[in-house]
Amino acid sequence: MNAAAYARRRAINALMLGLTAVCAALSAGVLLAILGYIAWKGASSLSWSFLTNLPKPVGEAGGGIANAIVGSAKVVGLAGLIGIPIGVLAGIYLAEYGKGRRFAFWVRYAADVLNGVPSIVVGLFAYALVVIPFKRFSAVSGSIALSIIMVPIVLRNTEEFLRLVPASIREAALALGVPRWKVVLRVVLPTAGRGIMTGALLALARVAGETAPLVFTAFGNRFWDQGWLNPIATLPLTLYNYAISPYEDWHRQAWAAALVLMLFVLAVNVAARLWLKPAQGSAH
Amino acid sequence: MSTAVAPVRTSPAERGGARVPGPRERAGDRAFRLVVSGFAGLILLGAAAMAWQLTRGSWRTWAAFGPKFLWTSTWDPVNDVFGALPFLYGTVVSSLIALLIAVPLGVGSAIFLAELAPPRVSNAVSFAIELLAAVPSVILGLMGVFLLVPAVRAVEPFLSRWLGFLPFFRGAPYGVGLLAAGLILAFMILPYIAAIAREVLLTVPRSLKEALYALGATRWEVVREVSLPYARSGILGAVFLSLGRALGETMAVTMVIGNTPKISASLFDPAYSMAAVIANELAEAAGDAHLSALIAIGLVLFGVTVVVNGLARLLIYRLERP
Repeated sequence: MNAAAYARRRAINALMLGLTAVCAALSAGVLLAILGYIAWKGASSLSWSFLTNLPKPVGEAGGGIANAIVGSAKVVGLAGLIGIPIGVLAGIYLAEYGKGRRFAFWVRYAADVLNGVPSIVVGLFAYALVVIPFKRFSAVSGSIALSIIMVPIVLRNTEEFLRLVPASIREAALALGVPRWKVVLRVVLPTAGRGIMTGALLALARVAGETAPLVFTAFGNRFWDQGWLNPIATLPLTLYNYAISPYEDWHRQAWAAALVLMLFVLAVNVAARLWLKPAQGSAH
Repeated sequence: MSTAVAPVRTSPAERGGARVPGPRERAGDRAFRLVVSGFAGLILLGAAAMAWQLTRGSWRTWAAFGPKFLWTSTWDPVNDVFGALPFLYGTVVSSLIALLIAVPLGVGSAIFLAELAPPRVSNAVSFAIELLAAVPSVILGLMGVFLLVPAVRAVEPFLSRWLGFLPFFRGAPYGVGLLAAGLILAFMILPYIAAIAREVLLTVPRSLKEALYALGATRWEVVREVSLPYARSGILGAVFLSLGRALGETMAVTMVIGNTPKISASLFDPAYSMAAVIANELAEAAGDAHLSALIAIGLVLFGVTVVVNGLARLLIYRLERP
């Protein structure tokens, strides 16, 4: 009787633990399936001319996504120029000056709110803020939308890495009579630099794949863009438009564009992880 | 030179909390503090401006329809009659399907990663799951359109044959619809649930688990009796956090939900979501009333995610301070 009960418990144990292993395998398998399928569908259409040519007129086969790649670089680059300094400086405030202050609590709360807001709503905000007053879709409005998504990510990451810097390092510099702002900028910030830069890079990779906030800000363009105040093509948006189009050839190009985007995002994520590893070891 | 020494009297940790000594603070320090405070203030300003812009932009809709906007289901941009119920319904139902699938899968994965797997396996699998979170949603949507939708279309007849006695599994197998949207959302939120639940499970004190092992419990019994109850509020936090993501997810859902503003009990039927209608219609809004109605939907989405994320944070904070 006791032995039977014990055998039953062992069987349940094996069954449930086996199930959790299946769950984990499924979850990780989804990623492998996505990567494999995109590589398989996209690789055959990926070529040098695909990366360097403009799209062909609607209905004509062939053409490339050069304008979308350049456009994405411009929009995401400007978003970084806006979002990263704001995030880092505000992060410095929270880590170095914000302890126990009411203002810091509200800043953190606002960053949480911004972090949780769906990206489409951020796009809506940029639309009301920039597109309506200027009466036109523009690269700048897209960048502003993306920078709003970046700020809370960069901020959180900066604060976390600054907190990892030991107090003794600050105290040593202060004891030498170094003014506090210099301690923060020349001692604390470089110590946490690698972590902060990695975070900024990951934030860039994250917004490089954002589509929703660009639909009615950057809007898209089938030609080279005409400067910052005009509509501009971006990689994820081009991918989206091709994917929902009825043309077989555009579907093929959507897969190739997906491969390009995926490779970029993957490369940044893997590089960030490899780069960060030694730094985390030495921070303690 | 005595002023140079003065600011060092307290330790940085204390100074962070204490009021900054006014007259002793050097000009450079003061300027720097004001600059970084200014940038921090910018974030507050941004969040407030967002709430205000959405409220202002949707004012016309609230004035015209009032709260009725939320429970009527006519969406007619030509005659300027707007009711958002079909979109609310599509968003909520697809998110619930996603939770139904992703929560067991994610928590199961987390148990495996935190309690069973050897560290090397656990790290590798965790990294793969993290990368899944980094896949842009438009790429998941692409997979959805060409892989998931045909698969769902193929499976739906079988579902309706075996489960057709339930109203959820009846109707024509379109492929696109609530079921496809829920499935793709499940893939999107799975990494969040798995990653947070794993971290929470790793905080369970060893002594508690060892106490139960000493009584002769099996591993699963320890997970069920100690780890999961201990981690409950953190896991619930993870669920709310991913619910927030699912409610606002746009591109992937737009590509597979079918974009038809109607309410039907069947999960096979095409539907529409709040985020999808904004993405599809805003750039070509028919007029100010239409635009205002879309911004009103954005405001609802904003409010709901603020509440859901607030709940999540509350649950996760409580865990950080046991």
